[in-house]
Formats: sequence, structure tokens, C-alpha cells
Amino acid sequence: MIKLRDIPLSAKFGIIVIIMYVLTAIFAAQLAPYGEADIVATPFEAWSSQFWLGTDNLGRDMFTRLLFGARNTLGIAFVTTVIAFALGATGGLVAATFGGWTDQILSRFVDVLMSIPQLIFALLLLSIFGISIPSLILVIAVLDSTRVYRLTRAVAINVTVFDYVEASRLRGEGAIWIMTREILPNIVPTLIAEFGLRFCFVFLLISGLSFLGLGIQPPTADWGSMVRDSATLITYGDVTPLLPAAAIALLAVAINLVVDWFLHRASGLKDD
Amino acid sequence: MSERGKMSTEQCAGIATAGELLTIENLRIEAPASNSVRGGVPSILVDDVSLSVRRGRVMGLIGESGAGKSTIGLASMGYGRGGIKITGGSVVVNGRDIRKLSKAGLRKLRGKEICYVAQSAAAAFNPAKRLMDQVVEAALMHGVSSRADAEARAVILFKKLGLPDPEKIGRRFPHQVSGGQLQRVMTAMALCSEPDLIVFDEPTTALDVTTQIDVLAAIRDAMRETSVAAIYITHDLAVVAQVADEIMVLRGGKMVEQGTTRQIIHHPRQDYTKALVAVHDIQHPEKPAAASPILAIDRLTAGYGNGTIKVLEDVALVLEKAHTLAIVGESGSGKSTLARVITGLLPPMSGSLKFDGKALPARLAERSKNELRQLQMIYQMADVAMNPRQTVATIIGRPIEFYFGIKGDERDRRVAKLLDQIELGKEFANRYPSELSGGQKQRICIARALAAKPRIIICDEVTSALDPLVSNGILKLLLQLQKEEEIAYLFITHDLATVSSIADSVVVMHRGRVVRSGAKSQVLNPPFDPYTELLLSSVPQLNEGWLDGAIASRRMQPAGN
Repeated sequence: MIKLRDIPLSAKFGIIVIIMYVLTAIFAAQLAPYGEADIVATPFEAWSSQFWLGTDNLGRDMFTRLLFGARNTLGIAFVTTVIAFALGATGGLVAATFGGWTDQILSRFVDVLMSIPQLIFALLLLSIFGISIPSLILVIAVLDSTRVYRLTRAVAINVTVFDYVEASRLRGEGAIWIMTREILPNIVPTLIAEFGLRFCFVFLLISGLSFLGLGIQPPTADWGSMVRDSATLITYGDVTPLLPAAAIALLAVAINLVVDWFLHRASGLKDD
Repeated sequence: MSERGKMSTEQCAGIATAGELLTIENLRIEAPASNSVRGGVPSILVDDVSLSVRRGRVMGLIGESGAGKSTIGLASMGYGRGGIKITGGSVVVNGRDIRKLSKAGLRKLRGKEICYVAQSAAAAFNPAKRLMDQVVEAALMHGVSSRADAEARAVILFKKLGLPDPEKIGRRFPHQVSGGQLQRVMTAMALCSEPDLIVFDEPTTALDVTTQIDVLAAIRDAMRETSVAAIYITHDLAVVAQVADEIMVLRGGKMVEQGTTRQIIHHPRQDYTKALVAVHDIQHPEKPAAASPILAIDRLTAGYGNGTIKVLEDVALVLEKAHTLAIVGESGSGKSTLARVITGLLPPMSGSLKFDGKALPARLAERSKNELRQLQMIYQMADVAMNPRQTVATIIGRPIEFYFGIKGDERDRRVAKLLDQIELGKEFANRYPSELSGGQKQRICIARALAAKPRIIICDEVTSALDPLVSNGILKLLLQLQKEEEIAYLFITHDLATVSSIADSVVVMHRGRVVRSGAKSQVLNPPFDPYTELLLSSVPQLNEGWLDGAIASRRMQPAGN
């Protein structure tokens, strides 16, 4: 359907970067020279042929932890985004299809959740439910699903006014058919594009929480906490602590390049 | 007339090229490969078309959608929609070849020497600006005149075009005037900068017949008085016959025939033109009243907002088994609301609804599957009545699955049979709606309704978005299906020509009330009530003098004016 040569250079670059990240995440254990939490040398070793990117504050190999960090951070962000979309898209479709009171109740509930700044709310909930990976995933997924709900509801309502949705109502179709067969296929391109963007935000939020010490807990490798752990090195002019941050930035840029291209295609805009 | 035609040709030869305002020669327009549907090959939209328009003359371009009418119209301004390009021939305006002009040169031309009047005035006006600002904008931008002069001329034009309150109407916003008025304001906008040529792109197609006649008369009179040249694009031969001096018939981007208006409508040479001229030729004898109603509505009142706005008041009608009842009226008469009430989308405030002798529940949710099955609907806009992400097989097959529980091979067999019935082949089953033409789409919608084996089909303006020849085919198909399947039609339309080709009985609606009803022969023959007479006299007839006669003999002003 999509020809390889029709993909613009920027999107091609984005796709290649994303593929490399995914491969790194999958094969982290095979690629890494040492174990994820093994202390292999003295703290803050310099870059050498033995420790490519030096060691961190406890003497763990930086390169190894960078690879494992890809697996942990990416994996958790992916699962979180999937749950956020399952919740948000279902809610949005239900609100758009039924309208009236259902829509009012769902939308006002979401408004309440959205009225509290996301990071502060996440900190609050995490301190209530305790810091574990399942609670981290659920808290961020629920908070993020509010944004997905808003988008899904907005685009789905645009679809419900079409005659073909009315025709299926007149036929006597149930709500499930109307949501999954009549509306969903027509809003999927927008949702996929949003999935890419949401994934970025979730990923940044997790890294941010980790940096604050409330995200993924040690000894699990994670890019956010890695920046914090070795932050002192920056004062000595060492760029090592910036590498996990650069890994985050590169992925965010790559995903946005692909999403931009996808949105451009889905919206039917033409370069004129 | 032929003498007059000859004379004017000689006169023209006398003034030589000075009279030739627009000359298009061997025009060829292509859509670039990446934009075309098929991909790869550039598609040719207009091929080898030549025409010329002299000062003060009107050239009518006629053809079905996709014939290249609008493309040629826009090409005369050097514009191509969506990246399409003029790839051959020449377009000479006032002695300059516009293909050789730069972008800045084209900008100087547009709005000053050539103006454009679009089909949908409502979409062409900026809703945030007052009408006067938009009308004089082009004149000011090109420095044709001062603001005061331009506004004075606009008021004169408003007067000429028969707009109410010409001094003050310019201060209104686009949403504060009716559709017919907006279309006339747009004509004033085009005339305001005193152009040499105006391109009218279906200016009356979106209007009611009763409004169309006013706009048409206003445009023609303004054209005569200002003696500008015009290209008038339409798919309705009867309309173009009223305003054009010459007509060019187009099909598939090629010229079919060109001649004077009189020659085209009285002595068409090509078969295609002959078919266009003879388009309203369906003879449908009225069926005798059988007194076995399938649908009976009595004292029905319905509206919105807790009864404050009544759209329908005290409506009564009877639809006989296997008959066609046409509901006629302008927009705003409550026709479509009536359809919403019958289908259960809008529960009425009072009144009764009987289906086959039994009361029909008012709300959609209260109706049984079997009641829903027996009442199907076909919509005006076939392209939004079908899910773009479903194949034809799913669209037609779903009612079969849903109502009869038939799946798999048996379902496919039925879909193939239905496709056969609507005169499309079974190879259409795997297509998506975007791969169908307008007429084919409407046929698929008919098949979808038919799949439920209904007793009544509500047809809501099913042919008004289609070209005359295509809609003729749809009407013939509907009549054929009625004979085969014994279905009753509730046919909602504003087009009286369609009514006489398909209906057995007629209900005329005006502002939510039934003003006249009965058998077709009775309703469409005198003595008339004023509203029915107005409607009947507003249907364009295929002869040149119709417009003047119709305007002169009017007893009542249309509501939408």
C-alpha cells in the first residue's frame, strides 16, 4: 500500500531509529557485555576499551545499563500507552455513540481528572499506592487516558453525524456494532498518530518520575534515574550523564517525525 | 433566428478580433500522476477543447459531473484545482495568453478582468466579514475605484439584482441573508469590479426551484445591462437555455457539440445531446387508488425544543401498498422532518402513525427488528450514506445478516443477486464507495434498502445530487423494482419534473403544513392553489422564452426569497 520510495527522508530516518531502539530493547541481554545490575569496577571510571562509556556512581557499566534502560523504559511506556488507549478510546467512543447523560457524566469526570496538573497528580497517587511497576503503569495510564478520551470523543462525534451511522441506527444495530464497525475504522488513522505522540509523553513522564526518584526503582536500569545518578559528573565536564537524556531526545524526535508524516497522509493535505 | 445568428457572425467579423474576449484553443488539462486515482499515469481531464466568447455574449457549458466544465471555467482564469495543470493549447484573454503570465500577472487579471461565481455561495463567503466589505474587496485591491465609488456601484447592483433593502443589505453578515440572496450578492461581487468576463459555476444548482427562477432572472438582466461576457456552467439544459446565447456540450473532457442555444435544444445533432434534451421522458401511468394503506399518518405535529418550534403541523397522509407518494415542497417545508418522524428518529408531539393497520411505536428504540426491516430509507447524499471503510459486499450484506441471519456463501449469493437487480455486476462486491461514481453509489444504497425486503422505502431527494441522465436511470430502476418487489415509496423531492415521472399520488407541503394532496392527475392539474401554481411554474422548461413567461405570470412570491 505504502511504497518505500514515497516515504519522505525525515520519516525514513524516524522509522530506522525506532527499529534500532526496538531491536536494542529486545536483544539487550545479548548485546550487553555485563549484567544489568552487576558492579564491575570502581565508581565513575572513565571511558575505556573495557568500559565503553565508563561506569556509574556504584561502578556499574554505563553502556550495559543504557541498553537495559531501553528495554525497561520502552517496555513500560509501551504497555502504559496501550492501556491508556484502551481506556480512553473506549470511553470516547461510548460518549460519542450514546451522547446525552452518558457523555455528560464521562466528560465531567474526565474534566475533573484533567484539572489537576498531571505530574503532581501522578506524584500524589504514587505516594498513595506505593511505588511498584504495576502501580506506576496503571496510574500513568489512567491519567493519560483522559487526553485520549478527549481526542477520541471529538473525532468520533464528527463521524456520528454522517448518514451512514444514522442508517445503521435505523437498521436497529447495537451500540457495539456502531462503535467498532461504523465509527472506529474511520478514526483509526487519527488514533494511530496520537498513539505515537502519547507514547512520547508517557515515556518522558516516566523518565521524569524516575529522575525524581518515584519512577522505576533501583537496581532496574532506567534512563531517567541514570541521568540523576551520574549527574554530578556534569560539573567535571563529562558528557556521560547526558547520554541517557540524548537517547530519550533522539527517540522522541524520531517518533514525531514518523507521526508528522502519518498525520500529513491521513489528513489528505497536499504540498501546494 | 438563424438569420440573426448569421448577422451577428458577420457583424463580429466586421469588428474583427476586438470582439473576441476569450479564446481557448485546443485546451488540454491533465492531473499529475501522483494525484490521480489510478496512480502512475497522468489522467487527462480536458482534451482538445476550443471555444471563444465575444463581449456581451454568454456561453453555456453543459455536461455531467466529470465532463470538465468547471475545469475549463477555472482554466480561463489560469487556475487549476488541486495541482492540475494546463498542458496544451492556449487561453487568450483580452489579447494576452494567460499561460505565459507570471503569478503576479495572473493576480492582476483575476478579480479585475475575470471574476468567478461559485456554486455554493454559503461556502464562498467569509462568515466573519460584512457583505459590503467582501463585495468591494476586489475593486479596491486592484485600485479600480475608490471605496465610496465601489460601494455606490454595489448598491446599484444590489438594486439591479432585486435584493431587498439594497442600501443596507451590505451591512449584514453572510448568515443573515438567505441562500438565494447570497448567490445574488456573489453575482454583485463579480460585477462590482466591472470585469470583462464572469465565470458562473452552477450558481443556481443548490437553490430551490422557486428561488432559482429569481436568481436566474436577476443574473440574466444584470448581464444584459452591463454587457459583460460570461461562461455559464451547469448540468441543467433547461437552465442554460434561459441565459446562454451559445451552448457547448461536454462529455468526459471532450466537446460533443457546440451551437446556438436554439439549435442545441431544438435540433441536437449528436446522440448524447439528444439524450440530454429528452431527459424527462419517463411516462408513469398513475395507479388506481386501492384503499389498502400501508402507512397512514393523521394529525401529526412535530418539532424541536419542547414544542416551542413546530416544524410539522397537523400533517395527514396515506401511502397505498406498492404505490408511490411524492412529498413536494421547498427547503424548510418540513419534508425531511417528516421522514425523521416516520423513521422514529424524532418522536412526534401528537398524532398517529399507522403501519399496515397497526400503530407504529413513536421511538426508534421501541420498534421491533421486523418493524425496522419493513421500513427502509435511501438518502440524498449517497457518498455519506455509506461507510467509506466498508466494501460494497459488507454494505449490502449487512442487512441480510442482520435481519435474516444469513451468512457465508448464501449471503454472497444474495449480494450478487441484488447487484444484478440494480444493474451492476457482481464484480462490484469488492469495491469501496470511493471507487464508485455518483449514480453507482446511489444504486448501492438502493440495494442496501432492498436487501431488507422492505414494504416501504423512504426516498429523501435521492436524485437531486445526480446528473439528469443518471437520475433518470435511478428513477427507471426504482419503478422497475416497485413492479418486481411490490414496495411502496415515500418520495421526498423538490423537483416536480421527477414527481410526474414517478408518483401515483402527491402531497404538497408548505411551511410544515399540507397545502394540497390527492392523486397525481388531480394535484398537477388546474385549478391550482397559489403555492402549487408557483412551484409548477418555477420548474425550468426547455424553451428559450420560459423565464420571461414564468416571471410575468406569477401570483405569489416564494418564501425563500
